[in-house]
Amino acid sequence: MSTYTPPLKDISFLLNDVIGLDRVSGLPGCEEVNAELAAQILEEAGKFAAGVLAPLNRSGDLEGAQWKDGVVTTPKGFKDAYRQYVEGGWSALAGPVEFGGQGLPHAIAIPVSEMLGSANMAFKLCPLLTNGAVDALATHATQDVKDKFLPRMVAGEWTGTMNLTEPQAGSDLALVRSKATPQADGTYKISGQKIFITYGEHDFTDNIVHLVLARIDGAPEGVKGISLFVVPKFHLNADGTPGARNDVKCVSIEHKLGIHGSPTCVMVYGDNGGATGYLVGEAHRGLEYMFVMMNAARLGVGLEGVSISERAYQHACVWARERLQGRPVVPMPGNPKTVAIVHHPDIKRMLLTMRAYTEAMRALIYWTASCLDVAERATDEKDKRMHQALVDLMIPIVKGWSTEAGIDVTSLGVQVHGGMGFIEETGAAQFYRDSRISTIYEGTTGIQANDLVGRKVGREAGQTMLALLVEMEKTAAALHASGDAGLRGVGAALTSGLKELKRATEWIVTMWSSTPGAVMAGAVPYLKLAGTVCGAWMMARSAEVAARQLAAGGGDADFLRAKLITARFYATHILPLATSLADTVTGGAEAVLAMEEAYF
Amino acid sequence: MKILVPVKRVIDYNVKVRVKADQTGVDLANVKMSMNPFDEISVEEALKLKEAGAATEVVAVSIGVTQCQETLRTAMAMGADRGILVESSADLQPLAVAKLLKALCDKEAPGLVILGKQAIDDDSNQTGQMLAALLGWPQATFASKVTLADGNASVVREVDGGLETVSVKLPAIVTTDLRLNTPRYATLPNIMKAKKKPLDVVTPESLGVDVTPRLTTLKVVEPPKRKGGVMVPDVAALVDKLKNEAKVL
Repeated sequence: MSTYTPPLKDISFLLNDVIGLDRVSGLPGCEEVNAELAAQILEEAGKFAAGVLAPLNRSGDLEGAQWKDGVVTTPKGFKDAYRQYVEGGWSALAGPVEFGGQGLPHAIAIPVSEMLGSANMAFKLCPLLTNGAVDALATHATQDVKDKFLPRMVAGEWTGTMNLTEPQAGSDLALVRSKATPQADGTYKISGQKIFITYGEHDFTDNIVHLVLARIDGAPEGVKGISLFVVPKFHLNADGTPGARNDVKCVSIEHKLGIHGSPTCVMVYGDNGGATGYLVGEAHRGLEYMFVMMNAARLGVGLEGVSISERAYQHACVWARERLQGRPVVPMPGNPKTVAIVHHPDIKRMLLTMRAYTEAMRALIYWTASCLDVAERATDEKDKRMHQALVDLMIPIVKGWSTEAGIDVTSLGVQVHGGMGFIEETGAAQFYRDSRISTIYEGTTGIQANDLVGRKVGREAGQTMLALLVEMEKTAAALHASGDAGLRGVGAALTSGLKELKRATEWIVTMWSSTPGAVMAGAVPYLKLAGTVCGAWMMARSAEVAARQLAAGGGDADFLRAKLITARFYATHILPLATSLADTVTGGAEAVLAMEEAYF
Repeated sequence: MKILVPVKRVIDYNVKVRVKADQTGVDLANVKMSMNPFDEISVEEALKLKEAGAATEVVAVSIGVTQCQETLRTAMAMGADRGILVESSADLQPLAVAKLLKALCDKEAPGLVILGKQAIDDDSNQTGQMLAALLGWPQATFASKVTLADGNASVVREVDGGLETVSVKLPAIVTTDLRLNTPRYATLPNIMKAKKKPLDVVTPESLGVDVTPRLTTLKVVEPPKRKGGVMVPDVAALVDKLKNEAKVL
């Protein structure tokens, strides 16, 4: 069976030595955060992930969530694991303190969430959605709605869902048709059908809190007429406990390529006159509120790219060490006739590709998470604004790049196993299948890329990206001055990558207002370019720290050497993609736009 | 009643142990250290007894370098009420540890001390027994079940021939075996609370204990590498080898 070992060494190296927990520990509400506390939390969360969730990953995939007569049963062991998750207090980790949460920063919550996702991605989706719903309510709901729902949601006693998609409204939410009719008591009657609702129905908890987008009768057409509602599965009694059933039900669940343990529900509201819903915030501003939830959720889904890549990498390493096949190409002591495949250069190349992507993505997401902490908590307005701009820029990059890379990494994981990788029992295939959804939900890669080139780069003339480029150049300059040839090589590669990103960014800024279509034709290549180069920046920073620690004789020497090698590998095998991607962004639009619909 | 639980900071059970090049010991620099797994079982047992109302306070004790505070925090995150660190960077051998624990028992007057039967680093399996002798208390080692009643502890012990049940009068020493319980996961609220629980630091000197090592380590070496096996053609050849080569028959 596939086991999972929490990568605590890399996590703490990145948090403490590369990104620096001191970035957040000085923020209001984070006074208690330090390396020791982080280590304790990560250690225990890792034990829970590896000991409770990981053993249910394969069985959950095989069994899948089941639907019968409106009732969803999660795979064996999931319900008990969820109980342990709540009892362990993990649900409340980042929740607001006033509603019983621990209020810990994203910089801690993200690594914890990474481990849960590596252990069992299908399970982790439930907490992910609940946390998103808590964010949206905590930011926008009235005090009454907050008091009714948040304490129980923060604790994990009730879970949350996000009901956006309808059959005719996928990426384009302007087409949402679900209806909300105002009632005399101030509530609304909600009716309509929602699809792709993750954990819309399950057996974990005695209530489920749905956040639903719908149009109030007579609301304007398009995105400006959509409001956000809270619709609980069970009405609340006067004492706040769940009472009678609300008019909402799960009519079926989907049969999917992956994440079989997670029920993806078709929800029907208002078959019997309308489900009671409470308006969140003001009318017609629902989409705007949903976006608050979406930023965190997109970061969370980007993180799935890291989670699933780490798991696939660990799985592939075990196999590559055990599988004896072929003679050694590189001379080895004792001249063995047959060696473990890990000794073959191409297997090493594949494992290193998996590892380099995973470490670069992990670092980039942790850094983004710490920026989000500063943006949310800093007292200095300028600091806040600057970090919010960085977060806004990084969210589509982190979401799009990490999940696309996650598919590549898990695919390599299958490849390392050879024929056995194609066999389900081996386990590598599950990671590949599970990873496939992550580039789709919470906004496809195309949606992320359009957001990046339009809202985040085009509209502000590349201001934040160009400022970030200056920051990244500083890292490259520091490496150029290094006495170590390997580090200088990493620095030189970073410099050429930065040039490519700058070239493509300037092209987008020039073209955006006149020919947005040309920019969008290269939006995904630009997103991948940005991810590839920002990832290189993180690997360069990691390499610099690793070299310094090695020279000082501190730290785990094997880990640090591997980090340096991985950074050199990234610089020579992955970062060179930047040139071709920049060429595609700046020269690839013509062929896309020239192709007429009829020719397809 | 108070329960004292010694917890030792040892090399993590997942770490591949390496011998130092100069053969003076095991390389501990920058390797992951954790609570001795048998001690986790001790903490769990003490917490269970407290939850059952048989004890009122669980005090965790660690002896060693400053970083042992982390091990104490782990015990407190599991639920121990407070911690005591006897801080020393000396090479601490079982007798010295037992003497330090005796000094603490004199001070704290626990009704029960629960120790791991051994630590996974040196596998000595001595401290609990020595402590019982120094205190003049009864001992029940290798416990797989502990029940307290009427000032006595009834302990089921794992012995070579099976299980043995003994009854000891409190205060007593119990050492834990693997099957006694499954240690709990620390909960997040308890991890946060553990930061605020009292942790006292004392020294061997302040306890009046001389911790000078009595044993000298000559050298530490890796176990010999296993040689590859041979295929024997038939049972007769196997019996012959067992008789004449291995000389076990």
